[in-house]
Amino acid sequence: MVKDQEFLTQKASYCLDLAKKLGATDSNVVVNNSVSETVNFRNKKLDESNRSDNLGIKITTFIGKKKSSISSSNLLNENLNILIEKCVETTKNTPEDEFNSLPDKDLLAKKIKDLDLYDDTHIENDQKIDYLKRLETSASYDKKIINTESSFTQNKSNFILANSEGFCNGYKTSSFTTSCVAVAKDEKSMERDYEYSSKCFLKDVNDAEELGKLAADQTIRKLSPKKIGSEKIVIIFDKRIAKGILSTFASAISSSAISRGTSFLKDKVNQKIFSDKINIFDKPDMLKGLGSRNFDSEGVESNTLKLVNQGILKHYLIDTYNGKKLNLKSNGRCGGTSNLYFENGNISYKDLLNSNSKSLYITETIGHGSNIVTGDYSVGAAGFLVENGELRYPINEITIAGNFKDMFQNITLANDLEFKFATNSPTMMIDGMVVAGK
Amino acid sequence: MSNFFEKTDLSRKEAENIISDTLQKCDDGELYLENSKSESILLDDDKIKNSSYNSDLGFGFRAISDEIVAYSHSNEISKNSLKQSSENLKSTLKSSKGTYNHLIPKSNKKYYENINPIEQKSLNEKIKILNDVNKYLRSKDDNVKQVTANFLGEQKSIEIIRSGGETLSDIRPLIRFNVSVMLEKNGRKETGIYGVGGRQSYDSYLKDDNWKNVCDEALRIASVNLESKPAPAGEMKVVLGPGWPAILIHEAVGHGLEGDFNRKKTSAFHNLMGQKVASEGVTIIDDGTIDNKRGSLTIDDEGTPTEKTVLIENGILKNFMQDRLNARLMNTRSTGSGRRENFRHIVLPRMRNTMMLSGKQTQDEMIKSVDKGIFAVSFGGGQVDITSGKFVFNCTEAYEIVNGKIGSPIKGATLVGDGPSILKEVSMVGNDMMLDPGIGTCGKAGQGVPVGVAQPSILINKMTVGGTKL
Repeated sequence: MVKDQEFLTQKASYCLDLAKKLGATDSNVVVNNSVSETVNFRNKKLDESNRSDNLGIKITTFIGKKKSSISSSNLLNENLNILIEKCVETTKNTPEDEFNSLPDKDLLAKKIKDLDLYDDTHIENDQKIDYLKRLETSASYDKKIINTESSFTQNKSNFILANSEGFCNGYKTSSFTTSCVAVAKDEKSMERDYEYSSKCFLKDVNDAEELGKLAADQTIRKLSPKKIGSEKIVIIFDKRIAKGILSTFASAISSSAISRGTSFLKDKVNQKIFSDKINIFDKPDMLKGLGSRNFDSEGVESNTLKLVNQGILKHYLIDTYNGKKLNLKSNGRCGGTSNLYFENGNISYKDLLNSNSKSLYITETIGHGSNIVTGDYSVGAAGFLVENGELRYPINEITIAGNFKDMFQNITLANDLEFKFATNSPTMMIDGMVVAGK
Repeated sequence: MSNFFEKTDLSRKEAENIISDTLQKCDDGELYLENSKSESILLDDDKIKNSSYNSDLGFGFRAISDEIVAYSHSNEISKNSLKQSSENLKSTLKSSKGTYNHLIPKSNKKYYENINPIEQKSLNEKIKILNDVNKYLRSKDDNVKQVTANFLGEQKSIEIIRSGGETLSDIRPLIRFNVSVMLEKNGRKETGIYGVGGRQSYDSYLKDDNWKNVCDEALRIASVNLESKPAPAGEMKVVLGPGWPAILIHEAVGHGLEGDFNRKKTSAFHNLMGQKVASEGVTIIDDGTIDNKRGSLTIDDEGTPTEKTVLIENGILKNFMQDRLNARLMNTRSTGSGRRENFRHIVLPRMRNTMMLSGKQTQDEMIKSVDKGIFAVSFGGGQVDITSGKFVFNCTEAYEIVNGKIGSPIKGATLVGDGPSILKEVSMVGNDMMLDPGIGTCGKAGQGVPVGVAQPSILINKMTVGGTKL
């Protein structure tokens, strides 16, 4: 079982005390433990079982404006003694940085809300096996499906974050994740696709048959893809791709990219970077939210932020260090966003597909083609040609390219937002991008 | 060497007994112990931003019966923890009826020395070099707006204990030194990145002010990109430069030749053994035995000595890369390609140093033969879909070719292609094979492992270039 609060707290205070004794003026420590159990299936048979028990500790020590850190998975006191001594020594030898410090005491989280993030239920491997059998049977309903792989993971985690200003908090979280990858084949091609679900509570996990069927359908429809010519065309991003565009936006407004001057969104606060209809929220206190939290990785309270209001950028994502550099207060975003989402648009999914006589519906992108310095975007893609609101045929081996500065101004969102991941977007349409094909 | 049982309540003998007892009806398996120490020192934005040290310890216990793998890992090396893992493996494989395969090849060859690179250079010396890098670059060009440089060093000790008590061990040093520079001119920002590394001390790579060469190269790439124009879009001829661009071969072809995807028949290559998959003159090997290279290993993570595996010989598919599990199920032998990121992960067949060997043509001949195309000198990230065979690459340095001459630099070009057919489109193989500088990390199933690549210049007849200029 996952270690309790008492064990983690005791380790944390041991480290803080020792660091102080050895000469640290401030220190910060996080101790975590997670236990996860996974069962993998392949072609309706057990393929792998995996139990993982992870302990970890990370200590940061400050001497005035000097800072250094160590981390370890060995929590025996005699090992911690050696490491903390090394950490304090390294701190002494590291040059000062005027912006190094713990967070301001008045910004630290005071109240810990119960966000319903922990389910004590335990699912035995035999029950997971039963679920995966049903899932893969459902996924194999068509003879074009030649291979299925699926998995079920239960994860229970606990952590304590403590610092020398007296902050000491943490809580348990749980997740139950199921997924299915299917491979389909016809005379001309072999294709792969997937479906996935992750929930805090076991009782909320998606129905096995439904998940398997969806994975199979999404794979079969990709068979016998065609290439298309190079042209400017309206692009519609499936939700699972659209959320990636939102993540890129988040990295471009992180205070580290802003303070280093390596973001195309530097100095854009209070400017219009999206079209009028776009609103973006980051909401840490959603019950059972996959990105929910009470405080960020420095202990700073995280409150809901409306990052973009009617197309206008209102906030960066600020941590203590970069905040001091930019002369801004931390808004509890060290470690990034929580539950980040675009507010729904006012057009249905169907009407979005129907809004042009011809468009391209993208279900997959590959490659690391987002450059947040310049805003350039260029990725390999696969999807479907859409004509008169219908997916006509699959498309493969193309690239799509544009620049986020223009893309953001040309976004239209459907009204089909779901909270499936920590970052979520409705289906997204962007006008004016270039497709390269044959 | 690490003594993993020192200061624990578990003796080596007791551990061996638990291992033998757990694996008695299994086909294979082992206890894998690992102790790694790593450091990271980062200069960014004119300051030493981070100096951190990590010490990681743990075990992974694996039991295999037929196709089923049971795995359990923990950070706590103790009697209780190992017994709990044993129970876990036994419960998964309760109906196992295998016969343990004791056979494991032996070799005395070593491809790197038992050093700890972290201890071989003081923190102050490392900090001094990083500050020198920053000063050097900022004084060299007024357009330099940002400099990031870092040292990454690691020493990983592993020990493998098999059923019956057979023990294999290895100590692996690894370092990397990276420089990234951002230029800004007339409102335009471009970045250049370069690095060096391998399984030797920092000084082997940085002596005689060699760090300046790394800085110069990063600055050169950024300067080229500052003058770049939008990339063309559409199908055209592509010349790949020697060295690091071989990462394209790694993605497009290498992954599809890993044993697991072929046993499961999910690779586009699974039914092509012995067939022609590349143009004549194309030979690709995967070699774990090059001294001190980033992807080299004395033994793999199952204890098998590494080797030089011929994958494609003169266009014909000869071998897949195998770990013990996939080799057994495919009736062949392990090629010493069983690797894992660390003790938290199961073993998978992986690449080491993947190389296309030299041919006879020159890069000049290739460029001259192209009317309209691009010349790709360096790549950023790449990715492949094993099943469909489609892959993409982002060029970080590329030029257009017009009428047999190298023209302007182009920016942000993405190359997209089809793995199984790309090698058939290779129409010239250069005589200038080069190894990459030692910076590659390959990701698969959430596990990153250090790898190397090498190739000569090659001409590819037809690839889709994804630019914005129609």
